[in-house]
Amino acid sequence: MNRFWSILFLLVPILGAGTCFMAAFNIWPLENCWYPANYSVQGETIDFLNDGVHLLCAFILLGTGLFLAWNLWSYHSKCEGNAKHIHHHRGLEISWSLVPGAILIVLALYQYQSWEDNRLQRPMIETDGVQVEKQPLVKIHAKRFGWEMHYAGPDELLETPDDIYLENLLVVPSGEDIVLQLESYDVIHSFYVPKLRLKHDIIPGMKQFTWFRAKEEAEMGIYCSELCGWGHTAMKAKMEIVSPADFKTWMAQQVESALPKFAEVDEQ
Amino acid sequence: MSDSAKGNFVTKYIFATDHKIIGMQFLFSTLVWFAIGGMMAMVMRWQLAWPYTEVPVVGKWLFGEVGGQMSPDFYNMLFTMHATIMIFFVIIPILAGAFGNFLIPLMIGAHDMAFPRLNMLSYWFMWPSFACMILAMVCFEDAGPAAGWTAYPPLSVLYGESMTLWTLGLVFAGIASMLGSINYMTTIIQMRAPGMSMFRLPMTIWAMFITAILQAFALPVLTASLLMLISDRVLNTGFFLAEGIVANNSAMVSGGGQSLLWQHLFWFYSHPAVYIMILPAMGMVSDMLSCFSRKPLFGYRPMVYSMTAIAGLGFVVWGHHMFISGMNYMVAMTFMVSTMLIALPSGVKVFNWLATMWKARIQFTTPMLFSIGFVSMFVIGGLSGVVIAVPPVDIPLHDTYYIVAHFHYVLFGASLLGVFGAIYFWFPKMFGRMMNETAGKIHFLLTFIFLNCTFFPMHFLGLNGVLRRRAVLTTGEFASLTPLNEFITYSAFLMGAVQVIFILNFFYSLMFGKKAERNPWRSNTLEWAAPSPPGHGNFDFQPVVYRGPYEYSSPDHDEDYWPQTQPNEEKA
Repeated sequence: MNRFWSILFLLVPILGAGTCFMAAFNIWPLENCWYPANYSVQGETIDFLNDGVHLLCAFILLGTGLFLAWNLWSYHSKCEGNAKHIHHHRGLEISWSLVPGAILIVLALYQYQSWEDNRLQRPMIETDGVQVEKQPLVKIHAKRFGWEMHYAGPDELLETPDDIYLENLLVVPSGEDIVLQLESYDVIHSFYVPKLRLKHDIIPGMKQFTWFRAKEEAEMGIYCSELCGWGHTAMKAKMEIVSPADFKTWMAQQVESALPKFAEVDEQ
Repeated sequence: MSDSAKGNFVTKYIFATDHKIIGMQFLFSTLVWFAIGGMMAMVMRWQLAWPYTEVPVVGKWLFGEVGGQMSPDFYNMLFTMHATIMIFFVIIPILAGAFGNFLIPLMIGAHDMAFPRLNMLSYWFMWPSFACMILAMVCFEDAGPAAGWTAYPPLSVLYGESMTLWTLGLVFAGIASMLGSINYMTTIIQMRAPGMSMFRLPMTIWAMFITAILQAFALPVLTASLLMLISDRVLNTGFFLAEGIVANNSAMVSGGGQSLLWQHLFWFYSHPAVYIMILPAMGMVSDMLSCFSRKPLFGYRPMVYSMTAIAGLGFVVWGHHMFISGMNYMVAMTFMVSTMLIALPSGVKVFNWLATMWKARIQFTTPMLFSIGFVSMFVIGGLSGVVIAVPPVDIPLHDTYYIVAHFHYVLFGASLLGVFGAIYFWFPKMFGRMMNETAGKIHFLLTFIFLNCTFFPMHFLGLNGVLRRRAVLTTGEFASLTPLNEFITYSAFLMGAVQVIFILNFFYSLMFGKKAERNPWRSNTLEWAAPSPPGHGNFDFQPVVYRGPYEYSSPDHDEDYWPQTQPNEEKA
């Protein structure tokens, strides 16, 4: 029976690494099982890191799994003689602490740039010869169970009375850094766009920022990824990435259609 | 159980102070909860594969008036309670409560725990907790505690009264663990048999000792934060509520708090809890692997040090649950470093287990198969842990099925396989009868196959961005994953079904199994020197320890095992 069991345990690394390989290279029946299409610039480095770490893991899985299966195959109880009476081996112990340690140090250092781009360093813009942090294009106010997207109104300033707001539709231009301001009315939500590799929790009482740069025009889904109550599953929105020219036209239309409303408010 | 404490059935089995009986009380309670939690998972998998259709069997009974389909909040309650039950009523109490209680005095050569009455109290504190959870699930108009087992405020403050009961239930379960851990630490330090130095302890006892320390240091934080949550709910204190929150169309009265505070406090307990749920299984698996390899455990001291390192580092990694929460982003970097550091001692353990099997003489018994399964599954669970420890990679994977796959590989694939192995291994000592080996092997084979079929595809769902805690998974952008998602459900049903083999084997062997001798596995550790099952007071002689627990195949001894209690032979 030892052969049967060693083959069973051999299947773990073979099928584990094998199915990942099939999914990553779109081989039947695991097509479309790896990441979804990516439309953002910073998503490229995330995907690269993700692939790299998975490749590393596949090697370790294969190495340990094959060694395990080989042990089970070769050293069963029917073999002649007794087991090798050995308690420890200092060289081995030290090397299998240090080598993975070195690999992890490289990984930790290497990922830093991506984390900086995604979280630490907000995009800068030059104004009057000085580099300043780019101001948010949209303020996203999450609530149970939907998204309010606030754009600056005719005064081109956010969080003023003439803001324009849309429910569950976010339109942004491609090819430039977009900063989003995230706030919540009630509970914790999380702003998640799988195809932009973008996710950020929204904590009530905090004003947070996240950013991305879309590579091309596309439509995609926005999801809430933090449990927020019975309507959590339905808390979705649509994202439209359009060309900068189209965005200008669209924005002008929004302002125009909102103007009569502002006039009403002024009269009151 | 035969000639244990004097008295009638009630004093002997219900209000027992004998550590073996208390261990069995824990064992049977947790197995019942394991069945309940498992069935909840089956109902969840039905909803996920065929959302909002009539649930078979229970649908008519639970949601008859709405055509047998569950509501979204009922689904939220299901996954909340599935996690709560599996963590607080199954894995922690079966490892520390059942096996900790049963094994610690036997393996160190003591007649009982240091504080037998405290031990009884520890078990009886589980019952208020059980009562709170059952009441919370069935007695209220709203769906019950449905804020996830992590219970992040403000959501957990918004839910109805059932949430208060849930919180209270966890406080009681915490007290039970706390009393147990005090007892374990004292017993292991004070009551070891003559000759049993700390570095002659079996790995199981080291694991229980370190786990007890972890619990004693981490639990007060959970208890405090649960009480703060109750006071936020009942007294409007607002520890976790920011100013100006509007919910259910009305402003919440309290303010001045911060919901991130809960996440820090909660994970300060709940990350060490992850190690509370795996370390004892690691210890037991180390013992089983060495015994059935007929070979000393490779690297005894590094194994102890790596467990200590895991426990110590376990206190400083909680922030990796909060990479994308809006916590300070440089702090995330330090948590990444500590998280990666914890991969090193975990790796050392895996390498040591593999080296234990190198040039061994492996006996493929049921407990051994479960132990090898543990190692094999722990590698996958550990590696996916390295993937999500990299913060930029965690951005797309956080809160997706990748995380679900990761912790099920560790908790089911590793911890529970270890628990199954331990049940098969120590069953003869507990009940004096052997479990059926053939049925055990079939149980292992089918569980192992279906667990991989259930949990491995979840990695792919997660990589695609399918989110956990949603009542509908594969619609819209994710529609192409529907076949994979249904495959997971079929596998989960089969995995649930094959546990019947275990239940039948367990009860059949309990009554009709082959009578066990003292040392059926020819193992070295002290519990096998006691009768099977041991009577009240455990040993029929005073055990004295002459050597470490892993002297298998020693060239200085004729047999391939050398029990710890056997005196050294006179040199010829």
